[in-house]
Amino acid sequence: MSELKSGSNLEKVLKAGHFAFTGECGPPKGANVEHLKEKIEPLKGMVDAVNVTDNQTAVVRMSSWAASTIMCQEGVEPNFQMVCRDRNRLAIQADILGVYAMGIRNMLCLSGDHQRFGNHPESKNVYDIDSMQLIALVKKMRDEGKFLNGEEIDVPPRLFIGAAANPFADPFEFRVYRLAKKIDAGADFIQTQCIYNMDRFKEFIKQAVHMGLHEKCYILAGVTPMKSVGMALYMAKQVPGMDVPESLIKRLRGAGKGKAGEEGIRFALEQIEEFKEMEGVAGVHLMAIEWEHKVPEIAERAGVLPRPVV
Amino acid sequence: MIVADRKPLKEILEMLDGCNRVLIVGCKGCVSVCNVGGSKEVGILASILKIAGKKNGLDIEVDEKTLERQCDPEYVDQIKDVVADYDVILSMACGVGPQFLSERYPENRCLPAVNTTFLGGAVQHGIWEERCAGCGTCGIHHFGGLCPIARCSKSLLNGPCGGSADGKCEISKDVDCIWDMIVKKAMEQGRLDDLLKFKPAKNWSTARDGGPRKSVREELVQ
Repeated sequence: MSELKSGSNLEKVLKAGHFAFTGECGPPKGANVEHLKEKIEPLKGMVDAVNVTDNQTAVVRMSSWAASTIMCQEGVEPNFQMVCRDRNRLAIQADILGVYAMGIRNMLCLSGDHQRFGNHPESKNVYDIDSMQLIALVKKMRDEGKFLNGEEIDVPPRLFIGAAANPFADPFEFRVYRLAKKIDAGADFIQTQCIYNMDRFKEFIKQAVHMGLHEKCYILAGVTPMKSVGMALYMAKQVPGMDVPESLIKRLRGAGKGKAGEEGIRFALEQIEEFKEMEGVAGVHLMAIEWEHKVPEIAERAGVLPRPVV
Repeated sequence: MIVADRKPLKEILEMLDGCNRVLIVGCKGCVSVCNVGGSKEVGILASILKIAGKKNGLDIEVDEKTLERQCDPEYVDQIKDVVADYDVILSMACGVGPQFLSERYPENRCLPAVNTTFLGGAVQHGIWEERCAGCGTCGIHHFGGLCPIARCSKSLLNGPCGGSADGKCEISKDVDCIWDMIVKKAMEQGRLDDLLKFKPAKNWSTARDGGPRKSVREELVQ
């Protein structure tokens, strides 16, 4: 990790050894630029980069590249997300060149939720390549200056390559190997799925550290504050690969009427404190789902402000 | 085998609207084995159509014929002397059948009575599951003899994705996560290293993505 690969703010922050803090923003269900700007506004200066989701949960929204471009114009660094569900390798490579040309420097490579969950369940999916192959593709484009077919690229896209890891999906024993495989394929940084089961995450990160993965790649721990008991129950029961311990649900319930949100934030803050000290964790990825306006408060209370300028 | 399901009666009746003389043609191939388009099912559909016709005050004449196969001109030829007697030929074979009939008998209307679903097998009596996507380049030896292209909802070659939970796929608890099976089998056999190797992007040109496919066996072509 000697030279900068992309020159993105996120890369510089991580490379300088700071504890990174990234946010997330879902584009609007429409071309409502003002709404998008309203969601971006509270994130300014609070995080090092903001993930811009790509038709998340297979629900159609403003394209992630367009929303990322607007974010750049707003002075916030995007982490452009791309899923393999909606594009073949031609569209993928074209969009990679396009986002780089528009000033985007971080990209998160994902498989994508199956369209069965979304608002167009009758659609055809693509999956021409998978997330692992997408990581390798971006690396090839950047480091070799070549397209997947081996042809030369006239000005290669220099992107900081991100990937996701879900320590809570099954089979658990394989998860750290899959992480290692993504790093070998070319991931520069990892953002994990929302963590609620701290014991299980600690076991996962211990394995990663044992394998030396944290020295090859920056691992950011995923945090999503629970807004309510209902949200916790939904996450526990409806979202595949999510591990929400009963003790957390109990704690939120115990907070009393109207106070579960504050308790959810407190739990998130405790997590962030632990992550700051945890070997192998290079930062936190805060996914405040439809709660962007709470990010300044959480960042302040988590003691991660001001964000480093590098 | 090729697995199929019979179309809903309502759809079949709509297709047959205005037809008085119907020849239902079954197939003794795959659709017989999966109990959807063999002579028995042809007989059942004929009875249903006759009853439906009577109920609606229509004078529908329905005859039955089940061929050895509908994917072979030799057998498709066997009804050449009778097809002129019918308004419509209703095929109970997979999607190949009504097309071979349409091509052989251009004067006739040939309709499908079944929905062709997948290439698979019976996992227990009355339950069939998909096993092959017919991609044209079999690679199941890389995955412990299990096919992630046909059986992973996202056709991942470097799975499992983050939606795998308790051995089930994120799309439904009724769908097994094939990657869970692939990983567990590799671990049990001490072959985990096979799965740690990066599988590059697949060449889909041998699949349907390369256009309609054709197989020519020179030694058999006369």
